[in-house]
Amino acid sequence: MLKGLGIAALGLLVLVYPLLDHNNAHVDFLTNAGAFILLALGLNIVVGFAGLLDLGYAAFFAIGSYSFALLSSQQFEIHIPFWVMLFLASAIAAIFGILLGAPTLRLRGDYLAIVTLGFGEIVPQTFLNLSQWTNGPNGISSLDQPSFFGRAFGFSATPYYYVIIALIAIAILLASNLQNSRLGRAWMAIREDELAARHMGVNTTTTKLAAFALGASFSGMAGCVYAAKLDLVSPDQFQFNVSVLVLSMLVLGGMGNIVGVIVGSFILSFINSFLLPQSTALAQSVGLHLDFTNYRFMLYGFILVAMMLFRPEGLIPSRQRKAEFKEAMKDPHLASQEQEEYEERPGLTV
Amino acid sequence: MDVLLQQLINGLSLGGIYALIALGYTMVYGIIELINFAHGDVYTLGTFFSLAILTGIGVTGELHGFTLLGVIVLVVVASMLLCGITGVLIERLAYRRLRNAPRLAPLITAIGVSFILENVMQLWKGPSPIPLPEFFPNPSLQLGNVAISAKSVLVIAVAIGMMVALQLFIYNTKMGKAMRATAQDRDAAQLMGININTTIAVTFLIGSALAGAAGFVSGIYYGTTWFFNGFEAGLKAFTAAVLGGIGNVAGAMLGGFLIGLIEAIATQYIPSGAQWSNVVVFSVLVLVLVFRPSGLLGESLPEKV
Amino acid sequence: MTFFKLTDVRKAFGGLVAVNDLSFEIVPGSIVAMIGPNGAGKSTVFNLITGIYTPTNGRIELEGQTINGLRTDKVTALGIARTFQNIRLFAFMSALDNVMTGRHSRMHCQLFESLLHTPRQRKEEKIVRERARELLRFVDLERDADNYARNLPYGHQRRLEIARALASDPKLLLLDEPAAGMNPKEKEDLIKLIRRIRDTGVTVFLIEHDMNLVMNVSERVTVLDHGEKICEGLPVEVRNDERVIEAYLGRAEGAA
Repeated sequence: MLKGLGIAALGLLVLVYPLLDHNNAHVDFLTNAGAFILLALGLNIVVGFAGLLDLGYAAFFAIGSYSFALLSSQQFEIHIPFWVMLFLASAIAAIFGILLGAPTLRLRGDYLAIVTLGFGEIVPQTFLNLSQWTNGPNGISSLDQPSFFGRAFGFSATPYYYVIIALIAIAILLASNLQNSRLGRAWMAIREDELAARHMGVNTTTTKLAAFALGASFSGMAGCVYAAKLDLVSPDQFQFNVSVLVLSMLVLGGMGNIVGVIVGSFILSFINSFLLPQSTALAQSVGLHLDFTNYRFMLYGFILVAMMLFRPEGLIPSRQRKAEFKEAMKDPHLASQEQEEYEERPGLTV
Repeated sequence: MDVLLQQLINGLSLGGIYALIALGYTMVYGIIELINFAHGDVYTLGTFFSLAILTGIGVTGELHGFTLLGVIVLVVVASMLLCGITGVLIERLAYRRLRNAPRLAPLITAIGVSFILENVMQLWKGPSPIPLPEFFPNPSLQLGNVAISAKSVLVIAVAIGMMVALQLFIYNTKMGKAMRATAQDRDAAQLMGININTTIAVTFLIGSALAGAAGFVSGIYYGTTWFFNGFEAGLKAFTAAVLGGIGNVAGAMLGGFLIGLIEAIATQYIPSGAQWSNVVVFSVLVLVLVFRPSGLLGESLPEKV
Repeated sequence: MTFFKLTDVRKAFGGLVAVNDLSFEIVPGSIVAMIGPNGAGKSTVFNLITGIYTPTNGRIELEGQTINGLRTDKVTALGIARTFQNIRLFAFMSALDNVMTGRHSRMHCQLFESLLHTPRQRKEEKIVRERARELLRFVDLERDADNYARNLPYGHQRRLEIARALASDPKLLLLDEPAAGMNPKEKEDLIKLIRRIRDTGVTVFLIEHDMNLVMNVSERVTVLDHGEKICEGLPVEVRNDERVIEAYLGRAEGAA
């Protein structure tokens, strides 16, 4: 009862925030944080639900953004409306999710991670290189402005804020539906024991590809909104550190747990865009020549290491993940069940 | 033709550096099945340490004779030692507790360590590339239109030398045997009385020291260094280790030189090659892992036994 | 058309021949067992049937359809389910979820319906959940429905694996050493369970080391040694067969 009231109150606050706080910078921050929440929810499907460690997730963010930039701007004089692009970018990203996920299907967890990392490098590098279409390092700007029933969005962050909130709400609904479904159980089964999962009748190929596609689709959508708001896309927005940032959000918040992921995402966005710059301003105002934003990556690194060492299940864990990590640390043979009795260890040879 | 030969020389030099780094990846993966993400950054640290020592002892210009030899030995040994210790510390602090955790955990931790190292180096020497003192005389042997520089010879010689030393170590010493046993079957090795913690620590020590050596020769060969070097070099060296056959020392060497050659040739012969060479190398990674995950020298596992 | 048949099935791993020209048939509605000393290739046969391995030679047929070379999930969909020698439950899913997952191949809802929780999806989930509870009741694990599989006592885990396998409504159930690690009381219950399973129309094919259990519950026994069938017949026939005794005890020459 109390929990329901709390959620309703929070929901109400979220809905009316821009009306209460007219500081555009604040709304802009929340919108960006929202985009990253959407990214985190998407990655949560791939990593948290299906257990596929994707280190190149920023690639789909890039694909979503560039799709908008290429199909809704002066670049090729194509002007697909923003609302259509939301779905189109999402669909394009989903297709790439399948394409880039396909080669990884038979790979073990760590190899899968490295291959996805490779793709995460290849995609922005390709956007950078195909400069006759993408303007290379300069990126594409002057993108079409979205409008709602004839009213252009303008320079305020507020309309984008509401779009993101709506998308997040939809994402939460879809993700939690997936968790409690045949597909959700199939993902969990694959994560636990792929061989046994197959014996349940799970087609591991299509099931994993579904995870990649769905995860990518959230990312594509986020990319589309982000590009529209920023009015600029360039390759350096989608480097490895973005993929790691989103992963850190999951690690911090709690992989597999939707609420955890949202909380983790918000905390990191807050630290990144608020805490670090504000602390720097504060420090400099008292004469200390410190720029805390330079310590950003060290901070992510420490969060990742500390979380894995001391609370791998995250701040708000899914009950299951918590049990998994605790048990695995106690019983080495459970963890190595991943390595089927049918595989050989590489060993060390010369 | 001359261009091709020149690129082959370049490729081998490039490859020598990758090979040295790849050795560290392959050893660590062979023994605890962890992709030590931070390894590429230990390599960069090697260059940073080299730079620090060179500046520390006041090297500015070209050196000759015994001074040159002395400086090289000093810097290489120091760099290897410092990097080795760094590697051991990382293992002890960040990885050891997670030895039995689900494989995702140490991999994520390794990424975290990598970020920390990169940030530290960025704060140490700044965000831009930094030059190293040009103290190594660089005469070239001219064979027609192809030039083989002394620096190239240095890189290749160091790489091959280190690999031979490593092979001898793994096969002829007690610790080497312990490493091989631990890689095969950790529990059995422990039952045989092998101290797993020490064995793994030594593996990291050697692997990281080799990265330190790679950092040193890289500093000489390229003349500059950058805090973010390790990321790309690390990925390519890992590709090399996988290509050669993960867990196989000779494979790491072979893979390293091959990747170097592939990169040099791609840079030369693909239009705007330098931009696409990364894509080419990563594509090699994907192709190897999908079609022949055991690599060139790894045993081809025909079926799950 | 025979219900289930292996014809000249051969499996070689490089130079090692694990299964050598094995042929036998299973009659529907029966309980049959495969025995043999360790390393005889019994689990390999199961692995060949469920598609983990592909035979080097030979044919495996279910109701006239060739199934060797099919993907594991297809084999399950066609009606063959199994348990594993080293229990492969989904450790961190509840017992109920384990069994519900077992029903995967018989469920119809696809991605779209899972995403939207359509009325049809919700109805199907409800039916599947009910069926899963039924199965847990069938193996007497009702009270453990919400516990993590990992936390169940060993004997319960073995029964859970059987319930999970039954969830796919199999025609043929493969049990790989189901009695391993059980005490005598548990083994008695297991025999009763196997008979109850057979009575629901499922054919049971088991690998076992416990001779008493095998003799007690099976109608027909096949004996494997070094990958080859050395004997086949009624339990009492097999038990007294010289070759079988030899395979288990070694040659009798000079046995004093």
